[in-house]
Amino acid sequence: MAGAPRKLANGKAFIDFQTEPSRYRHWKLSVQGETATLAMDVDENAGLFEGYQLKLNSYDLGVDIELADALMRLRFEHPNVKVVLLRSAKDRVFCAGANIRMLAGSEHPHKVNFCKFTNETRNAMEDASQYSGQRFVTVVNGTAAGGGYELALATDHIMMVDDGSTAVSLPEVPLLAVLPGTGGLTRVVDKRMVRRDHADVFCTIEEGIKGRRAVQWRLIDELVPPSKLEERVKATASDLATKSPRSGPAEGVKLTQLDRKFRADGIDYGFVRLDIEAAQRLATITVRVAEAASAKSAAEIVALGAAFWPLQCARELDDAILHLRNNAYEIGTVIFKTEGDPEVARAYDDLLEAHRDNWFVHEIRHYWKRVLKRIDVTSRTLVALIEPGSCFVGTLAELAFAADRSYMLLGQFQGDNRPAATIELTRANFGAYPMSHGLTRLQSRFLATPDKPAQLEAKIATALDADEAEALGLVTFALDDIDWADEVRVFLEERASFSPDAMTGLEANLRFAGPETMESKIFARLTAWQNWIFQRPNAVGEEGALARYGTGQRPTYDLRRV
Amino acid sequence: MLDTMNVDYSTRIPNNVGLAEDRTVLRALEGWHPGYIDWWKDMGPIGFQESRVYLRTAVSVDPKGWAKFDYVKMPEYRWGVLLAPQEEGRKVNFGKHKGEPAWQDVPGEYRAMLRRLIVIQGDTEPASVEQQRHLGATAPSLYDMRNLFQVNVEEGRHLWAMVYLLHKYFGRDGRDEADELLRRRSGDADSPRMLGAFNEATPDWLSFFMFTFFTDRDGKMQLESLAQSGFDPLSRTCRFMLTEEAHHMFVGETGVGRTLQRTCEAMKAAGIEDPYAIEKIRALGVIDLPTIQKKLNLHYSLTLDLFGAEISTNSANFYNAGLKGRFQETKIDDDHELTNATYPVLKLVDGQIVKVDEPALTALNMRLRDDYSEDCARGVERWNKIIEKEGIKFRLDLPHVAFHRKIGEFRNVNVSPKGIILSDSDWAKVRDQYLPSLADGEYITSLMKPCFEPGRYASWIAAPKVGIDNKPGDFEYVQIAA
Repeated sequence: MAGAPRKLANGKAFIDFQTEPSRYRHWKLSVQGETATLAMDVDENAGLFEGYQLKLNSYDLGVDIELADALMRLRFEHPNVKVVLLRSAKDRVFCAGANIRMLAGSEHPHKVNFCKFTNETRNAMEDASQYSGQRFVTVVNGTAAGGGYELALATDHIMMVDDGSTAVSLPEVPLLAVLPGTGGLTRVVDKRMVRRDHADVFCTIEEGIKGRRAVQWRLIDELVPPSKLEERVKATASDLATKSPRSGPAEGVKLTQLDRKFRADGIDYGFVRLDIEAAQRLATITVRVAEAASAKSAAEIVALGAAFWPLQCARELDDAILHLRNNAYEIGTVIFKTEGDPEVARAYDDLLEAHRDNWFVHEIRHYWKRVLKRIDVTSRTLVALIEPGSCFVGTLAELAFAADRSYMLLGQFQGDNRPAATIELTRANFGAYPMSHGLTRLQSRFLATPDKPAQLEAKIATALDADEAEALGLVTFALDDIDWADEVRVFLEERASFSPDAMTGLEANLRFAGPETMESKIFARLTAWQNWIFQRPNAVGEEGALARYGTGQRPTYDLRRV
Repeated sequence: MLDTMNVDYSTRIPNNVGLAEDRTVLRALEGWHPGYIDWWKDMGPIGFQESRVYLRTAVSVDPKGWAKFDYVKMPEYRWGVLLAPQEEGRKVNFGKHKGEPAWQDVPGEYRAMLRRLIVIQGDTEPASVEQQRHLGATAPSLYDMRNLFQVNVEEGRHLWAMVYLLHKYFGRDGRDEADELLRRRSGDADSPRMLGAFNEATPDWLSFFMFTFFTDRDGKMQLESLAQSGFDPLSRTCRFMLTEEAHHMFVGETGVGRTLQRTCEAMKAAGIEDPYAIEKIRALGVIDLPTIQKKLNLHYSLTLDLFGAEISTNSANFYNAGLKGRFQETKIDDDHELTNATYPVLKLVDGQIVKVDEPALTALNMRLRDDYSEDCARGVERWNKIIEKEGIKFRLDLPHVAFHRKIGEFRNVNVSPKGIILSDSDWAKVRDQYLPSLADGEYITSLMKPCFEPGRYASWIAAPKVGIDNKPGDFEYVQIAA
């Protein structure tokens, strides 16, 4: 099943991750003082693809793109919002989770990337709470099943109406023979610390758990009689607002529309360029630093708003990565290149460091952190090519550290009078952008020599040439121009010849050396298992649970345990 | 040897399921019993708990001689657990387990599904008692009051039947659910009954009759399909409940019939031929026929919603699993698996009401609803006979199934009783022609005066042709406590 690619609705040619509240079809974002309400009201006839209806507030990627956009805006445009109420605008239905018919009819790559994006979006909610004091409260007013409950799990506080029928559930296993793969299993035990045997019971009951037991088992925080609901929601919101450390001004920074020019073979943004060579299954993302760091004070930075280079650049990079992930499945390798004046790049990093306590700068750094994490979990081979004219400095150097390999040119190219490439560390490389497992990319890189990152701090603001960078272990290979072209070409060709599945597995296993956190487990453990199960006949075969769903017929399983 | 025909009154809970030997379930039911009595006193009929009511009590599940009539105070009614006798060699008769022996225990893989079915059915039983609790005070006669209370105690017994299944077969979860059945309250903002129609009050006696005719008939259809269940204890329970449900529909059908009878007689006596001369007819203290049609429209459409969405995965699952069959499943001539069959379903396509063939498995709600509508239509025809016999030119009709719906395909459109789609503004203009208006409700309420003298009837309703248990016309069915 799921053979023929599905058609995007309304004649769309690609999935666009840019939107804004006036274009939302599925959410309503409203702000009242320190409290925002994010009301889910899915338009069942506005699915991203043709061929299904989004009934009962079920969602597809299109719904989640709006949610992700709203979360971004809450952080940048509403610095004074301390509490976000996640609610349903539908009567007696909270959210029925990911739409089953959409999943059943989706190509495997879409399913995986849909799931990855929804995971990143839920993580963004937790990130907003942890780092920006924006607390999330879920008001479960009716069925919260599967992805609906997973949405609630990503929030800080779950209140549920005690009407005798409303329940939370993770029915994926009994109903569909797949997993609650959007963080569900992990958050139940790792975040909410539901006892594992209780979790086992909960995850195998299709109808879920309601009432007092849901509280006793830690599945929700609070049970509220329907007649007291609004009063309790208000009280909870005001209580959480009082405790929140968020203290931004009333006026935020408007996230203006990105300026994008679509070409047949790529996209041009202000500071980012995406070039696709379909025949080689290759994409190049070139990130350019601004001409100069014009702002000096926090006020000047805020005044620049969405045009401030670090923010604009991060948004463009984010969009380019998402575009590649979801619209160009056959591109196997992504090359990162940078351009610009290292002095300027360093100046930006220093500026961000100096004003790190300013709300806007704070949000920008955390946004860069999330964009880099998105790159970490992108299942394409990532390569950094560090050549003369490049600008792998501080924040941009993280692209090289995120890559599976980096190649750096020793000296100059013949006939090119630009000075030899260097790379440079800034404070940003030492803690501003931790990976999902909690380590910086340098800590993870040098797991065998835990002292090394601290020693490298001595090199901050020193331009490191290829020899030194290689000696310090910051790049994979330093090559001179005699070897460069051939070595790089052979590497890329070899890479393109390997099994894409094996590459995805290999890279995902090597990129995250070190410990696990709840967040890393969601990607490394939960989604990996989920994606395996999603390929198996018990789920997607002709007699599998997803194919049989809704027909009334029971699935037939291959009963061997693997 | 267990006597499954006669009811054992030696235990506190009358039964024919051998509770005397099944100590654990007996203990559980005895534990639940006080809560039930409290519920009955709190939420059962208001004002007549000390009155002696001439009620029937089951003494045997033999269809011929199962009832014994006597005076009893309702809280002392001997509610019990009664199942139709077990059929030797009964099989699962449909779905993927067709041909396997019927289950005497709950199959593990269907435990949750079965529990849900039983809880939903169980929730409706006490709900109607709650909805009707105010009606005693305005009973049009002692005869009608007695019928109301008979319906009420039997709904209470149906609750017992479901609770028995929960206690016996569903362990701790079952006991929790049984407690919840007593905790929920019809129309309560905080813990309402599960289905919408069971949270509406029954404001007057005509509503009560319409409810027992239409909504209890949905109950009958649901019980008929559950009586087909491959889970034998559920099937046996429902088969016995159906014998009681028949009386409820009798109350509804004759109640409306007697109302029609009275209206027609009064019109004739006053020389009124035009059934739409509403003012003149109302002046006679009877309910005009067009208003009765509106009440019919309301109750029929509300009840159709209880069948759920036309296309339903749940009902497909229930059927395929062998848990809930079709109306008269074993009499239908097909493969009883329906994996390749289709069924025509009325749908809203591009703003038109059209029939579309859908997979029969997922269209089972629609099929049961069609069977229900046919059953209703036959009853309505019997009403029309009464009007006809009195020589009044008026016919009652069932409205179109798309009329006034809140659930399913037609929930977002306004449709006239003839099946014509109307704009919001057109609908607003004609609504009161098709559904009871505030003024209609006020008029009916004004007629709801108690009539407690034996053998006497309120102005708007005719006397029954025969008494209950063949009692004479002036029999005192309820001895009202001072």
